[in-house]
Order: sequence, then C-alpha cells, then structure tokens
Amino acid sequence: MYYIDPHVHMVSRVTDDYERMARMGCVAVSEPAFWAGFDRGSVDGFRDYFRQLTEFEPNRAKQYGLQHYCWLCINAKEAENVSLSREVIALIPEFLDRPNVLGLGEIGLNKNTKNECTVFEEHLQLAADRGELVLVHTPHLQDKYKGTRMILDMLRGHSDIKAEHVLIDHAEEHTVRHVFDAGFWCGLTLYPVTKCTPARAADIIEMYGAERILVNSAADWGPSNPDAVPNFVAEMRRRGHPEETIRQVVYDNPLEFFRQSKRFRFTPPGGAASPEG
Amino acid sequence: MSMASVAREVLDRDFLEIRARLIDIAAALDRIDRAEGAERVRNDGRLVQIRESLRILASEDGRRAERVLMVFSDPYEPNWRQP
Repeated sequence: MYYIDPHVHMVSRVTDDYERMARMGCVAVSEPAFWAGFDRGSVDGFRDYFRQLTEFEPNRAKQYGLQHYCWLCINAKEAENVSLSREVIALIPEFLDRPNVLGLGEIGLNKNTKNECTVFEEHLQLAADRGELVLVHTPHLQDKYKGTRMILDMLRGHSDIKAEHVLIDHAEEHTVRHVFDAGFWCGLTLYPVTKCTPARAADIIEMYGAERILVNSAADWGPSNPDAVPNFVAEMRRRGHPEETIRQVVYDNPLEFFRQSKRFRFTPPGGAASPEG
Repeated sequence: MSMASVAREVLDRDFLEIRARLIDIAAALDRIDRAEGAERVRNDGRLVQIRESLRILASEDGRRAERVLMVFSDPYEPNWRQP
C-alpha cells in the first residue's frame, strides 16, 4: 500500500531509511523543522537548516523516489530564547515560498513556559498573516495534557486561522477528544516509549473514526522507527479493517490536509503531477 | 458478529502480549524492591503514580489508557494566562 509519512525528520536519518521506506511503499514525506538535539547558536544556524530542508533534503529523497515536503519554524525547545526566536520568525518568509514548503511547523510547547507561549503566538500570527497551514507539536509525557489544552486555548484566540488548516500532532488518548472537539486535524505519532504505538493508534481510530486523523513515525536522531506507518498498516490489517479505511489514514488524509497549501504539488505513484497536488 | 465474540477474538489475539507486559512490569517493580534503599523510595511520587495506574488497570471502568495517562499528567489550569 502506498503511504505518506506526514511527520518524519529525514535530515537525521541515513539513506538506508529512505531505501527501506521506499520499499515499504512510502511515496512522500513531510518534514517539520525541529530541535537538532542541541540549541543552535544563532539565526544563521536556522538559515542553513532551512536551506537543508528546502534544497538538499528534497534532492536526497528524490534519489529514492520519494517526494519531500517541509515545514519551517523555531521549535518549542529553542523557543525559550525569545530574541533568537524573533530573529528566526523574521527569517521564515525568505523561505516560505519555496516549492516544498507546506507551512509553519512544528511549532508548539515543550515545558509550557511563558516564553514558549509568546513564540507560539507569534508563529500563529505569521501563519494567519500569510494564510499558512500549521503543524503543532504537543509536549512530551507529563506536560502533554496541560500543554495541549493551552495550545488549543491559544488557537481559539486566532479566529483568522481555520481549524482545518491546523494539525495537532503527537496526540494520545487523553488529548485526542479535545483536538477533535476543537475541529482540528489530529496526528498520532508512533514513537517508542514517549508516544503512541501502532496498536493504540488503531484503538484510537476505532473509537474516533478515520476522518481528520493521520499517523506518523516522527523518526529522528533518537531511537525511532521509520517503518512505524507500515507497522500501523499491518496492525489494522491484522484486525480486519478494510483497505479503504487504512488507505484513508495513511495516504488520502495526508493529501487532503496538504492540498490546502497553495504550494503543494504531488505526483501520484505512476501518474502525472496535478496542478493543484 | 456479536460483541461478545469480537471481545473473545481480541482477548485470544492479545492475551500473550498483555501477559508479557504485565510480567515486565512485575519484574521491574521487583527490581526496584531488590535494589538498595528500596524502602526510601516506596513513597516516591512516581511509584505512587504507578500504583494508582495499576489500580486503574484492575478496575472494571473503561477508558483505562486515558485515565492512566492522566495519572502521569500535569493538571491543566484554565487561568494559566493570569500572572
């Protein structure tokens, strides 16, 4: 089955992963800007990173037949530095119109601090001003529930951002209902220990349905599985779910969400590129 | 297909994995007990959370995954914007 991984950090993965993902049916990846594992020293570090996301990585993905899309931001972890964050937010428009950019992400909260909220709100204002899609990171572990509720509060304060243009990622059982009740898209991240599993993702879809929901690997520089989405496919098949339902979650839904970006262009496997993706 | 037979299928399919994970948890708790100073951590907040979670697992009420996640979550404060 063809699938799209809507949240994966390919800059931190080797080409073996591209090869493996392609063999398992991956046709496209969407890569949010994230924390590199260390705090970058200056806005120039972000300039170089955005070049990597918009120039080098799409070419690397192409070698394996994958289409590569990305998101831009200063991540929640580094957002504690408000002055650097403002420099990065001012830099983002230079890169926003590059062809593989889908919008702003992964913005969000990390430890739910006042500075993180300030930077999150300023990203949202940029997204509203430019009509961009938004991909949101919700915090890890004990911070997730509180942070998700705070994020939803802040999003509600931006009536100029359409709910259907926002993906709230890394949701789990205690946050999914809040995300759906607020009208947003919901991402389930299949990541060892700190986030969801293929089985729990299947459970959540059985409880809430397959509308407005995506699954992703968020594979990065830590222990993580770029084959997480195929593992989810296998779990759903094991439970007897119809292929149409599985395909909806892993292929149709990402396309439906991404198509809202004015820059999105996608060539279906074996087909010609459509003008509007 | 009746709900009872579907639940039976789920139980048949998942029993061994559930069993393995419970044994892992049991072994981990034994490991803590065997370690030096075990009595000093008995009331560590994390162990209190673990015991509360095990209580939830043993309950007949639903939404166990959600309730266990809430045990390990900081509370949301509706007035968080106020200084």
